[in-house]
Amino acid sequence: MNFDRAARRKYFSHGMTVLTGLSIVVIMIPLIAIIYEAASIGGSVINVAFFTQGIPYPCNSPPAASCQQGGVIVPIEGTLSLLGLASLFSVPVGVGAAIFAVEYGGERASARVIGIVADVLSGVPSIVAGAFVYIVMLAYDPSIVFSTLSGSLALSVLMVPIVTRTCEEALRTVPHSVREAALALGISRWKTSVRIVFVAALPGVVTGVLLSIARAAGEAAPLLLVLGDGCPHPLQGITNEGCALPLWIFYGATNPYHNWYLLAWGCALLLLLIILILSISSRLVLERLARRMRGG
Amino acid sequence: MALPEDAAKVDDRNLNAYYGEKMQVQNLSAFYGENRAIQDINMQISDRKVTAIIGPSGCGKSTLIRCLNRLHETAPKARVEGSVLLDGEDLYKLDATAVRRRVGMVFQKPNPFATMSIYNNVSAPLRFNGRPSRDELDAAVLRALKQAALWDEVKDRIDSAATGLSGGQQQRLCIARALAANPEVLLMDEPCSALDPIATAKIEELIGQLKKDYTVVIVTHNMQQAARVADNTAFMYLGKLVEFGPTEELFERPKEHLTESYITGRFG
Amino acid sequence: MSLGNPFRSPTSKKRPRISKVGDQIFLTLLLLAVAGIIALTVGLVGALVFGSRMALQTLGLSILWTRTWDPPNNTWGILPFVVGTLVTSALALLIAVPLGLGAAIFLTEHAPAWLRAPVGQVIELLAAIPSIIFGFWGLIVLVPLMRSSVDPLLVRYLGWTGLFGGVIVGQDYLTASLVLAVMAIPTVTAISRDSIATVPRAQKEAALSIGATDWEVTRRAVVPYARSGIIAGAVLGLGRALGETMAVLLTIGNSPYLPTSFFSQGETIAAAIANYFTETDSGPLEIPVLLEAGLILLLITLAINVGARLVLARFQQGGGAAAE
Repeated sequence: MNFDRAARRKYFSHGMTVLTGLSIVVIMIPLIAIIYEAASIGGSVINVAFFTQGIPYPCNSPPAASCQQGGVIVPIEGTLSLLGLASLFSVPVGVGAAIFAVEYGGERASARVIGIVADVLSGVPSIVAGAFVYIVMLAYDPSIVFSTLSGSLALSVLMVPIVTRTCEEALRTVPHSVREAALALGISRWKTSVRIVFVAALPGVVTGVLLSIARAAGEAAPLLLVLGDGCPHPLQGITNEGCALPLWIFYGATNPYHNWYLLAWGCALLLLLIILILSISSRLVLERLARRMRGG
Repeated sequence: MALPEDAAKVDDRNLNAYYGEKMQVQNLSAFYGENRAIQDINMQISDRKVTAIIGPSGCGKSTLIRCLNRLHETAPKARVEGSVLLDGEDLYKLDATAVRRRVGMVFQKPNPFATMSIYNNVSAPLRFNGRPSRDELDAAVLRALKQAALWDEVKDRIDSAATGLSGGQQQRLCIARALAANPEVLLMDEPCSALDPIATAKIEELIGQLKKDYTVVIVTHNMQQAARVADNTAFMYLGKLVEFGPTEELFERPKEHLTESYITGRFG
Repeated sequence: MSLGNPFRSPTSKKRPRISKVGDQIFLTLLLLAVAGIIALTVGLVGALVFGSRMALQTLGLSILWTRTWDPPNNTWGILPFVVGTLVTSALALLIAVPLGLGAAIFLTEHAPAWLRAPVGQVIELLAAIPSIIFGFWGLIVLVPLMRSSVDPLLVRYLGWTGLFGGVIVGQDYLTASLVLAVMAIPTVTAISRDSIATVPRAQKEAALSIGATDWEVTRRAVVPYARSGIIAGAVLGLGRALGETMAVLLTIGNSPYLPTSFFSQGETIAAAIANYFTETDSGPLEIPVLLEAGLILLLITLAINVGARLVLARFQQGGGAAAE
């Protein structure tokens, strides 16, 4: 009787091992499916015309501006300008706050306040960030509510906590002995913080910034609210309506026309590639910079 | 090589002759928050002599030496009472960074900048505090590495990573780096405790050379080391300065019972 | 050998003005950044409160239990959205945690060493896929699949529970929850894997030495020890699912009514904000109410994140103690 129970337990254990292995397989399925569809359907659509001209479709389906020529290069430009502007806003603020927290705040209350603030910001749902920018712009100047500027502000709200947190972590890994060595040589406080400590933490900081950009690149929700329906070509200034790759995926998804459906897959593939490149670069940068720094 | 902030008004030799000592510690107490680490220290640091501070662990010797270049105050909730005179002027009334350029420090665990080459490490204080020319840097690095008795060992790989050196070499690199800053006083906080006996001997020999040009203060937990290198020795216990005097006198004819107990190894 | 000190400068008591000014300028710049981040946060919450003041004053929290969303008739009930948010997230978690935990267990306990790194990287890649793509895939691939194959099966075998009634459209609570689960799994897996990896060998060896099978070791020694970390991972995944907009927009059917079955269409708070915020014909109360809903969503998410943080802190102080 004992023997039977022991055998049963053993088979059960093997069964559970198989189950956990199955979990991995199940998890992989959506990933593989998505990549496969994006690569095959999206890939079939991508050619020069895809970039330079819109795929022919009835002109009265939104976004109306796509009636013009332009193709996918327009939302790509749009996404790039959104990301560039958002980085311009969020990186100095995030890095500055992180440096203050670590170098001047240390263990004190001020460092904890910054941590709390970053936590609150990281809990803001992306759509709420969009709503926030909407009402602020409405109060400030209603004519620029739907604009690239608004879109990048909303994205900054999402990027700032990521930049702050990763920069803070990177700075904290720099050992205290480095600061002491520099201070003991009579190097001023700001040079110690910037040219010695921050430089030592640079790989981590760059990685964090690239990761935050990758996250912002895929965000569509806030842009639904504040980017506007038009997709003017060529893009004209940050206070005009903007355009973004993830939004075109959305339009393609909610659109009955087959052309738009194909377009959406093409955009999805491009977006995946952009994010893939950003993720891989962030890891490469981390390794390469770290290695070069150690080599003096 | 001219440093940008030259404004020679007083010659330090005159001051030394006037006051008699390079540095004077007056009623110094240092705190970490509410915790008093050292209490009412009074002592003199003689110019171009080696002064050692000995005592059992926890006696406050590291805290004391870190007050001499105002590094103590960079710790959280750190506070100082009393004064430390350098050439007659209270350090604590001067700008902290300026003080640290005159009073350099070498730490217990060698801490060369890991991201820099040997050359860049040694030239760091010059590069960060002014705009020297390449020639000025070369000359300063050469001088500093020779003074630290490291030149011969690294002259062929001066652009390689500082982290490739052995422990003893890294410590001498840190000494060279500190010397390159042109300090008047060199503080050494247990500089040999992370090193093997041979490296230790090299550094002790180096200290004997350095005192010709610099005032040296060394903290050590090794009494014999103090006896070997120091001209004057201070014995601390539980945050107080128990006895201070010429090394020979302190070791052979200690005035305090506590000192004698420590010297003869009854505790510590 | 003394080279003398030909470069010693005369006593200099002051530091060059420029580097002192440098310190001050630097500190000012940093303080500007700090002020910026604080102003952003306070401004955001403040703007939400201010923008929703009309709703807060006239309706207060009653929108939470009003069951109908009918702006033309001045009925502002966000209960359907709240239910949508909570149910889809809970269901997503119910699916994601076992799968994620199972995957984490496999990766740390059973997978051969050469498999661990690549699979780990793949899971991280999964985490990087933006939600719009998950939503798009969900709409194009998953919805038809559910409608034609899976849902009828569910009706056949589980219809007796009463939870699978109604017309099968494809876009519904179930599909949306599945997509959310797919999105939450990488977070749960990654954090669980990290927690499990820190369980000391001694714990496992103790269990093995009394004759436990691999599974029993996992179940009785490893998982309890790593419990806090696993919970934190689940809670963090929950936090993400709560605020998710795009994936839900495309798969839940966007209908502002309370659900009656898994096949009901519904809406979440995030999706409702996306859908109704730029409507111009529903009166001046619409935006304030939606902002109030957004504020509520923000508070829920914050509470969840803080909870996860506390649990994780307990985990870092010694999972053993927490797991008794």
